[in-house]
Amino acid sequence: MTTSNLYLQILEWMPFVLQGFVMNILMSLLAIVIGTAVGTFLGLGQLSLNFTIGLPSKLLTQLFRNAPWLVLLFYCIFLMPYQVNIAGITIELPSWLRATIGFSFPVAANFSEIVRGAVKSVPRGQWEAAEALGYSRKATLFRIILPQCLTRMIPPWMNLYALLLTATPLSMIVGVEEALGRTQAAVQAQSDSRVLIPMYAALLAMFFLYTWPINRLSLVLERRFRTK
Amino acid sequence: MTISPNSQPLISLRGVHKSFGAFEVLRGIDMDICKGEVVAIIGPSGSGKSTILRTINGLTPVNKGTIKVGDITVSDPELDQVKLRHRVGMVFQQYNLFPHKTVLENVAMAPIQVLKQPRREVEDRAQKLLADMRLPDKANSYPGELSGGQQQRVAIARALCMEPEVILFDEVTAALDPEMVKEVLSAVRKVAEDGMTCILVTHEMGFAREAADHVYFTDKGVIVEHAPPAEFFSQASDPRTAEFLSKVL
Repeated sequence: MTTSNLYLQILEWMPFVLQGFVMNILMSLLAIVIGTAVGTFLGLGQLSLNFTIGLPSKLLTQLFRNAPWLVLLFYCIFLMPYQVNIAGITIELPSWLRATIGFSFPVAANFSEIVRGAVKSVPRGQWEAAEALGYSRKATLFRIILPQCLTRMIPPWMNLYALLLTATPLSMIVGVEEALGRTQAAVQAQSDSRVLIPMYAALLAMFFLYTWPINRLSLVLERRFRTK
Repeated sequence: MTISPNSQPLISLRGVHKSFGAFEVLRGIDMDICKGEVVAIIGPSGSGKSTILRTINGLTPVNKGTIKVGDITVSDPELDQVKLRHRVGMVFQQYNLFPHKTVLENVAMAPIQVLKQPRREVEDRAQKLLADMRLPDKANSYPGELSGGQQQRVAIARALCMEPEVILFDEVTAALDPEMVKEVLSAVRKVAEDGMTCILVTHEMGFAREAADHVYFTDKGVIVEHAPPAEFFSQASDPRTAEFLSKVL
């Protein structure tokens, strides 16, 4: 077989791999939404002076931040039911959805730390000035502190998203049909060792082309917010 | 019933003690400040001057002793925080303006959000205060666009807009470049001349001498002596006061 034929052959498999990559993107988008929502509560919980809220929030954050993503993934895949009944309605939980939930845990824990760090980065004087003006702690947080640190949270949040996307191929191990699994399947189906390197190079290129602009943008934003 | 307005102090501290860990910052402070009085607290660094101010508006809770502002007992655990902060304003060394809000918002937001006063009324008052502070054209600027002296005058307007009975000034010129000290001091003087009760922690001896009705000298957590400025600066009785004054004057 000639080289040009080889490229044509690889090109023929690309839609198959790209469909898998769409799954990576879908899982990452869903996991960042869930993780950000849960992480916001965990992060604010960590800042609570109430022991019964603060301590569990800190524990959960540390637990999921320091656990290997793959282990959390295994937990969700094997311990979550295949379907759940809510008020008589059966909801299927396919493996990709369970994997997504698995990814949401470390994302939530990392975002929790982003929230906590951003709030802590606001000078103490801001809290004191607000307190001296009669603001309660909660009102200070929501009206004065958080509006100031939202912009500071965006760059690390984008980094977290990029990290999450590059972690999604882990779900191949638990049988989700995503880009890495499909690349492997395509290489095997072609039974030609010469396609191995270009096929995986194409896969890397997909991740790079998607993630690199996000990381660049986060750097640009970080610089812009810092000078303000 | 006729009670002269000065017969009862507006603010009184009795045996106030405060420790941070093992370090005793305040070791029994007694003070009486009457309505309309301008009081300057001076003393070496770390003598507890700022801590005294911060106990008066409850920013720093005390370990022992009582503090009263009018009929409010600051050390009361059931303290109505909003009521206290309504009466006691504070201006900080580092201005502490809210950087994401305009100057007008900085001045007007607390009366609107905390005291629930009508926006129109508060904003009119805020505009007037900014004019008093000679910042009428800065209402829509952000704090970051202003000089230190301008920011500090906004902070004074912000404290005034709460319509307090007393304002605490915590080394309000210490972070400023020398050329801006004067404009802030004349703003403070204007506040004092309008009849506001003022308590100033300051290193500006000249200002304390000219503007204050009473000067307190603190050292190592106690009030060493206090007197009207003319007397205080000319015939300090305690050697510690004399030593401090010889260093700073």
